[in-house]
Amino acid sequence: MAILNAAVSTAVARPLRGGEAARLLLWRNILVYRRAWLVFVTGFLEPVFYLFSIGIGVGAIVTGFTYAGEPIEYREFVAPGMIAASAMNGSLLDATFNFFFKLKYNKLYDQMLATPLRTVDIAVGEILWNQLRSGIYVAAFLVIMLAMDLVHSWWALLVVPAALLIGSAFGAVGMALTTYMTSWQDFEKITLAMMPMFLFSATFFPITAYPEWLRWIVELTPLYRGVVLCRELTLGVPSWGSLVSVVYLLAFGAIGLVVVRRRLDALLLT
Amino acid sequence: MISARGLRKSFGDFEAVRGIDVSVRPGVAFGFLGPNGAGKSSTMRMICCVSPPSDGELRVFGMDPGKDGPKIKARLGVCPQEDTLDVELNVYDNLYVYGRYFGLPRAEVKGRIEELLDFVQLTEKAKAKVDDLSGGMKRRLTIARSLINRPEILVLDEPTTGLDPQARHVIWDRLFRLKQAGVTLLLTTHYMDEAEQLCDELVVMDQGRIVAHGTPLGLIQEHSTREVAELRFGVGEHEALAAKVEDLAERIEVLPDRLLLYSDNGEAVIEAVHSRDLAPVATLVRRSSLEDVFLHLTGRTLVD
Repeated sequence: MAILNAAVSTAVARPLRGGEAARLLLWRNILVYRRAWLVFVTGFLEPVFYLFSIGIGVGAIVTGFTYAGEPIEYREFVAPGMIAASAMNGSLLDATFNFFFKLKYNKLYDQMLATPLRTVDIAVGEILWNQLRSGIYVAAFLVIMLAMDLVHSWWALLVVPAALLIGSAFGAVGMALTTYMTSWQDFEKITLAMMPMFLFSATFFPITAYPEWLRWIVELTPLYRGVVLCRELTLGVPSWGSLVSVVYLLAFGAIGLVVVRRRLDALLLT
Repeated sequence: MISARGLRKSFGDFEAVRGIDVSVRPGVAFGFLGPNGAGKSSTMRMICCVSPPSDGELRVFGMDPGKDGPKIKARLGVCPQEDTLDVELNVYDNLYVYGRYFGLPRAEVKGRIEELLDFVQLTEKAKAKVDDLSGGMKRRLTIARSLINRPEILVLDEPTTGLDPQARHVIWDRLFRLKQAGVTLLLTTHYMDEAEQLCDELVVMDQGRIVAHGTPLGLIQEHSTREVAELRFGVGEHEALAAKVEDLAERIEVLPDRLLLYSDNGEAVIEAVHSRDLAPVATLVRRSSLEDVFLHLTGRTLVD
C-alpha cells in the first residue's frame, strides 16, 4: 500500500524552522479568510466610515483648526487617527474573538501541538498574522486617503510599517488578555476598553483639550502612541517623539509575545 | 519504541498516573484499557509530548519528550480522543495545512492527500466543510490526518468511541491494515471487543496504576476461566441461590439479573446445577472474554 510505503518518497517529516512555521500559520489564516472575505472587509470599513462622517462631514463645519501651531484641515487631523484605529481593529479582531474561538472551541492549537509546531511558533505566527491584517487595512486606508487628497508627504508611506507595530502591540496584548478569558461574556471588557480608547486617544480632538493629569493617562495608552505616530507621518512632521512611540509599541508587542507563549504553555501543555 | 519507568503525572493534589512501567516494541499493537479516569489519556498525552511527566523516565524513539518534542512528534501520528479538526477549513485543506506542519514539500503533501482520502474513503468529500461530515467521517478524517507524516507510531485515544457499528468496523479494518504494514499502534479504549480485535499486547489500568499486562488471550487465561456459565433465575432469587451453586465454579459473581459461574467447563456446571434440582429460567455457556477480565480487575462500580 503506497500510503505506508516510505520507500516511494524521499521526503521525511521533520521539525520546522522558525520562519517556516510562521509562514504556514499565515497561510492557514489566509485560507480561512479566502472563504470569509466579507468578515475581513467589514472590520476595515468602520474607521473609513468615521473618516467620512466625522472627519469630512463634521470637518466641513470646523474652521480655524490648528495642530502644533499650524493651521490644517480638520479631516487631515482625523485621518491619521483613523489609520491607527484601523490598525488596532485589524489586529484586535483576530487577537481576541477569533483567538478565543481557535483556542477553546476549534482546538486549533491542540491540533498544531500534535505536530512538530511549538507554542512559540503559534504565538509568533498569530501575532504576525495580526500585523499582516493591520498592514493590509492601513495600506488600503492610505489608498483612500490618496484618493481624497489627504496625503501631502512621502513620510506618509511609513504608516504601513507603523501599522505593523501597532498591529503587533495590540495583537500580542489582546491575545495575552484573551488567554485569561473563560467565556464570551468576558469580551465585554475588551469592548469596554476599545470604545473609549477609540474615541478619546486624540483621534477626533487634540490631547491639549484634556487637563494635565488626564493627559498623562491618555498618553500612556497604546492607541494614543499609534495615533500620534501616524499623524506625525501623514503630516510629514516626524520627531524624536515619534521614536518614543516606536519603542513603546515595540515593547508592548514584545512583552505581549512573552506572556502569550507562557500562557499557551500553561493552558495547552498540562 | 516507547519505554516508561516509574512514570507519574499529577495535577495539583490529584495523581492521574501513579508510577507505571511500559515498554512498547516496534510493530506491536499495544492497548491501554481502563475505566474513565484510569490515567490512559494522561499517559497518551505524555507520550505525545504535550504533557510534561511529573516524575519518572519516559523515552520515545529513545528521545526525551521534554527536550526533543518536535523531533519525536515528526515521527508520531496522533488521533486524539476529541476530534481537533479545523472547522474553518474544508476536508482537503485540513490535510494540506496539517501535512505542511511536518515540513513536507507541497507536491509531496498533495500526493499523500490523494492516497489518504482514498484510504479512508473520503475522496468525494474533499471539498466538504468539516461540520457537514458525520461522526464516523470526522474520525476517518482525523485518522487520515494522523497518517500524513507516515508515522512510525500511531497513537489513538479511544478511536471508535461514539461511532455506530458500521463506522467502527471501517476504522478497525483500516487500523488492521496499518498494523499489517508495520506501523506500531498505541491505543486506548474501554471497548473490550476493540482490544481483542486489534491488540497484540495490552495493559489494564485502574486508578493510575497498571493492574495487569499481557496478550488478550494470556490475560483471559490468567485472570479468568476458559468458560462462563450464565444462569438466570427469577428476579430477586439470585442472591439466595448463589450459595447453593458456588462450589461448582472457581468463582461466582452475583448480578441482579443472573449468576455468572466461572469454570473451565461450562456445560458440566449447567448439568450439575440441574442435578441439584434447580431450574434456571435460562442458561448460557460462553467463552470468557476480555470484558470478564476487565470487570474482575477494575470492579463493576461506576467510575465518574
